[in-house]
Amino acid sequence: MPVTLETFPLALRDWLCAFLPQEFHWLLSGLLVIIAILTVFGLGFAFITVAERKFLGRFQNRIGPNRVGPFGLLQPFADAVKALTKEDIVPATADKLPHFLAPCVIVSGALLCFAVLPYGRHLVPADLDAGLLYFFAAGAFTELAVFMAGWSSHNKFSLLAGIRALAQLVSYELPLLLATLPAVMAARSLNLQTIVGSQSPAAGLKAGFLPNWHLFSPWGAAGFLIFLIAAIAESNRSPFDLPEGESEIIAGHLTEYSGFKYALFFMGEYFGLIALSGFCATLFLGGWQAPYAALEVIPSWVWFGLKVAALIFTFIWIRATFLRLRMDQLMRFSWKFLLPLALINLGTAAFWLLTAHWQGAWWIALRWFAAAALVIAPYSILGRRLFRGLGARTYEYAPNN
Amino acid sequence: MIPPPLPVLAAIAAAALLTAALAMMLRNLIHSALLLVLTWVFVAFFYLWAGAPFLAFAQVVVYVGAISMVVLFAVLLTRRHDPAKPTRPASLARACSALAVSGGAFAVLAWAVLQWRPVPGNPPPAEPSVATLGAALAGPQLHALLITGVILTATLIGAALIASPVEKPDSSQ
Repeated sequence: MPVTLETFPLALRDWLCAFLPQEFHWLLSGLLVIIAILTVFGLGFAFITVAERKFLGRFQNRIGPNRVGPFGLLQPFADAVKALTKEDIVPATADKLPHFLAPCVIVSGALLCFAVLPYGRHLVPADLDAGLLYFFAAGAFTELAVFMAGWSSHNKFSLLAGIRALAQLVSYELPLLLATLPAVMAARSLNLQTIVGSQSPAAGLKAGFLPNWHLFSPWGAAGFLIFLIAAIAESNRSPFDLPEGESEIIAGHLTEYSGFKYALFFMGEYFGLIALSGFCATLFLGGWQAPYAALEVIPSWVWFGLKVAALIFTFIWIRATFLRLRMDQLMRFSWKFLLPLALINLGTAAFWLLTAHWQGAWWIALRWFAAAALVIAPYSILGRRLFRGLGARTYEYAPNN
Repeated sequence: MIPPPLPVLAAIAAAALLTAALAMMLRNLIHSALLLVLTWVFVAFFYLWAGAPFLAFAQVVVYVGAISMVVLFAVLLTRRHDPAKPTRPASLARACSALAVSGGAFAVLAWAVLQWRPVPGNPPPAEPSVATLGAALAGPQLHALLITGVILTATLIGAALIASPVEKPDSSQ
């Protein structure tokens, strides 16, 4: 294979492996993959926190961190030193072992998710047959960690907040999973690399000019939105940040955590967010594929990074824009709105895939129209029925115009 | 693919049995439940060892992700005043019936395991992929899948019926 920008990471690995005898190559290449993931996403986490604070600052018409290093870019390292040197307080009555293990479980669970994501044409750490299922299996440890944190703190408010957080995680896991299924149906595989391959630009453009990504089909757009909303809720971010709700309940199940353990929870949450963004890009935005065949001169792993960065910027934007939901609104939104829409979306995807052979302008227009109607009609009917009577609140002494 | 060595299986089995035994012996119910979750993780490792990754990941999603929550919530909702005090069975008849049921379940499983013989002339596929598994579930095993689904749905409806209040709360109060 000629060394190009595309195969550069592989060439680097082979060059390093050449220093060791043949028997140790599997060990070294495995270690190198782990080091690469930890370095790239560890630094990614550090700079996402500073980017988030900078962007939130701009959204709120202030400057954001700008003291440490050029443009405040070294802020995360100062924060890391601060977190490491802070006192680690463990409540006297806490259940010590689960209290210690909870932050470790949440970080390792989030890191496990990175093993199956296809980062580039040749860059998949573990190309598993059931990669999609593996991703959800690795994500299952988050719930356990939240429970352990809430229960072991021996604080009734931590426990209640932990149960609230669990209710949220369980409720939004279902739409998250159901939203990914149409992509599996389209690719006929649970392998993430195959799912990326099914969105290749070589197969032609959607509607003549759109990239061949699932996002640009009626079921893909609906699935993408459902996935995005559920992903925000799964990673406890605003507007679904009730479990932490820093202005109301002071970090909920994390109340009794301090110092580096608190930083680990923070890290686990951001790793989870990056992993979900990568997963979302893989399922709906064509993964590492360039939008058009002419743009394939840019290496595939750069495309993947750009898509993940765009998704994370969207998450930050959403955080700066929306208000926090109430608990009952959160539950109603998931069970009565997202879940039915995700189930109907399975039918829409089935219709779309069964009518793939339709030819001729009229038939293709009918296909698009019918699929779009299958997405929009349930959305508007459900939305109208569910949110009837819920308008802008009027206050007696401060009426709205 | 090289089959993983037997010592790995021995380590996985020892870890699973140890955590299961500890889960039974501990007085603290939450610790027991958490150790039981660890046992399920080791069972998933066993499936991985046996070359069934799909089953292993499904085991983690279903047991570690969902059933653990049911167990933990059930423990939390059970009122116990002194967790250190050992629980005595309510009556001798109850203890005997519990022993009989668990012993019977163990006997059936042990009998099934001991009865198993490899079918000659019908070797299992070398590498059962997700695609073959899916084809088998949607083809020859479709009836079993549908029956399981119907039974689970019936259970769910039953649970909802039991959980829902029998009488509607009086709106006049």
